[in-house]
Amino acid sequence: MATSSPQTGGTGAWDRLSRLLGRGPGGYAFLSLYLLITSLMLLLNPRTSLLTDIVFILFLLLVLIIYRTRVHLGFKVALGMVALGVVLPYFGTLNPYYIDVATQAGIYVALALGLNVVVGFAGLLDLGYVAFYAVGAYIWSIFSTPQISTMISGAVPVPSVWFYGFILVGLMIGGVFGVLLGLPVLRLRGDYLAIVTLGFGEVIRVLAENLDKPINITNGAQGIKDIARPPLFFSGALTAIGLKLDDNQLYQFFFYFLVLVIVLITVMIVGRLKNSRIGRAWTAIREDETAAIAQGIPLVRMKLMAFGVGASFAGTMGVVFAAKQLFINPPTFDLLTSISILSMVILGGLGNIPGVILGAVLVTLLNLNILPRIAEILRSAKSAGLPIPQSFDPTQYQRLLFGLLLILMMIFRPEGILPEDRRRQELHEDEDEPSEESAEATT
Amino acid sequence: MAAEAKAPTRRVSSQRTLAELLRVIFLPLGQLFVFTVGSAAVLGLIVVVLAFLLSRSDPKIFETAVAILPQVIIDGIVRGFLFATIALGYTMVYGVLEFINFAHGEIFMVGGFVGAGVAYLLNQWGVMSTMPALLFVIIAVILGMTVSGLLAMGTERIAYRPLRNAPRLVPLISAIGMSLVLQDTVRMISTNTPLGFNARFETPDFGKAFQLASIPLGERSIPVLIGPKAVIFIVAALLMLLALNYLVNATRLGKAIRAVAQDRATASLMGINVNQIISLTFLIGGALGGAAGVLFGMNIGTVNPYMGFIPGIKAFTAAVLGGIGNITGAMVGGIVLGFLEAFVASYLSLFTGGAFSGASYADIAAFSILILILIFRPEGLLGEATTQKV
Repeated sequence: MATSSPQTGGTGAWDRLSRLLGRGPGGYAFLSLYLLITSLMLLLNPRTSLLTDIVFILFLLLVLIIYRTRVHLGFKVALGMVALGVVLPYFGTLNPYYIDVATQAGIYVALALGLNVVVGFAGLLDLGYVAFYAVGAYIWSIFSTPQISTMISGAVPVPSVWFYGFILVGLMIGGVFGVLLGLPVLRLRGDYLAIVTLGFGEVIRVLAENLDKPINITNGAQGIKDIARPPLFFSGALTAIGLKLDDNQLYQFFFYFLVLVIVLITVMIVGRLKNSRIGRAWTAIREDETAAIAQGIPLVRMKLMAFGVGASFAGTMGVVFAAKQLFINPPTFDLLTSISILSMVILGGLGNIPGVILGAVLVTLLNLNILPRIAEILRSAKSAGLPIPQSFDPTQYQRLLFGLLLILMMIFRPEGILPEDRRRQELHEDEDEPSEESAEATT
Repeated sequence: MAAEAKAPTRRVSSQRTLAELLRVIFLPLGQLFVFTVGSAAVLGLIVVVLAFLLSRSDPKIFETAVAILPQVIIDGIVRGFLFATIALGYTMVYGVLEFINFAHGEIFMVGGFVGAGVAYLLNQWGVMSTMPALLFVIIAVILGMTVSGLLAMGTERIAYRPLRNAPRLVPLISAIGMSLVLQDTVRMISTNTPLGFNARFETPDFGKAFQLASIPLGERSIPVLIGPKAVIFIVAALLMLLALNYLVNATRLGKAIRAVAQDRATASLMGINVNQIISLTFLIGGALGGAAGVLFGMNIGTVNPYMGFIPGIKAFTAAVLGGIGNITGAMVGGIVLGFLEAFVASYLSLFTGGAFSGASYADIAAFSILILILIFRPEGLLGEATTQKV
């Protein structure tokens, strides 16, 4: 399975290069230089352009390279913190667009990791994953806005500081909904499960669209606006050290760091789960359900747990997303979102945590950066007189992109860009660092 | 060798008497009729009872409910035949490959676009108004069937055949991808041609709707109408069912299809070209979907690139409801689902005093049926229980 990882697969020059830069002094020098060069390129030219996009992707790839290189763990952590905690936010002050993209990518990383628990670990294809995200988002939107008063007369919106509590509420409600969906579909296998979860996703969307009568719960197709954001408790401290930023920028940073922290926690939890008894039970179920039952694995409990855990990440991120976005409506949570999360998981590598993170970041950047940039280039080409159809806009063809991605991946590399390296770990147990530790530290 | 293997089968099929043949072909029609009447009667009865119970608070509800009942039943039949014709394609492919062709809804949509395109061209040439309506229907349906059938065959060749021996989720994901690709490809074509995103489906004048009856309600009387397009749809769907039944149960090709469905490896040992049969299955299923698309577009009047998705999922529900892999089952499931939706769509808001909009909750009803069926009777209404192979 793991045939082409940079450390084992390459031959000749690539092999020698990766051995030189992959460990020891070469590794330290390479990583530091890489960080320095990409950071300088970003900071010296912060304009939004295709070149900056590519540098930005290379910059983010650093995290993966850090993960792959064999250097001291402390160095990895320090480098990762400098890259994601200092350079990226500073770049964000120069060009706020990119920090927004990074936050969005982080949200998708957490979602993809959650879906990966269901699809990658337990092998249950869930096409309605976005429903849990919607549930989380609607919970916070309803309780933090006057929407609550239209639903229950006399109730008032909760103070915005409750946001932190609602992150946990989103987690729990997401989990509960995951188990609720899991219960009826337990007996189904593979493709039936996919269709039923798809139906469930649609049901949640239709409910969100129609539950404005008889009691106005979701405000129907208009969606909910003016969603509360948590108070900026740290703005005083920032002005004290001489940083002057307006509220909008502060919120951008706040959500960036919040998402970063949640992603780190998610990676930690998922990584621990994967190598635990539960994770091994999921793998067993994925590989062969009948054999797993024969081995005494409690199928019902394990499947429900996979659904619950996966859904709870989505519920959490839903709360954060609603607060960040300030406005949600039912079309935000359509099937296409579920499928784009699925294509992130599949592109990166089903079941493999670094792979899924890579997939999520790549697809988000492709979607938010590369496509609009290509659209711009096409537009300028059109005004230069090239024959490009009038209404052709690449940003409008996400479906085509995701579709092609899914088909091509399935035909040519169904295991993803970074396949799960269970086998590699077994073969190189003595020289490899425990992978989940480095994943925690660097991602 | 192949000829030797096939010689006995020819003898067997020629031994079959005419009566047997007729039974094989027309029995499904009987089953379909029973289920149509049965589900209409059951749902009608439920509505009448509910209306009667509710009429204590509001006496007008009973009157209205009964007065619109015949129209609801007719709507249910039209809806049902739509799901049924799409479900045939799902069920054929599932029967042979045990694979949900997720892109089948898009094959249906492409059929609708071919019809709209034909109508646009005929209108441009100015022959539309002088053309007999039935001739137009036949031309559009045949073209739609050809394009959709070939497209379905092409998708199988490109996206499914390389994955035939992969784990089951792999071709399913590929099919989801195919569905998205087809949606956006058609959108790219339609928005860059005069058709536009919401393409109008021009038709010649079909004449006025037939009035079957007229029900007095107070001073007004509510007519029970069935449009000529709906009649064409139903007749065409029945013809398709008959033709498909004949093809699968009474021809050598049908026997080969059934053999491949039963055991692919053994069928290939018997001299059947498995790849060819699977291609043909996609061709037939796609052609049926395409015909449904043309007829549906004609009925509705516009087509758009995303219109295939929801009917596709519902048709899948219908196929599961009837017993996936079973051709008559797909028809029956479609009809039952169509009735159910029509009843929910028409009566939900009436019975709840307008609190719930029936049209949107009809979707939820369809998905709930899918979940309930899969839990309580996964083999479907007409299917046989299968034990799971290890």
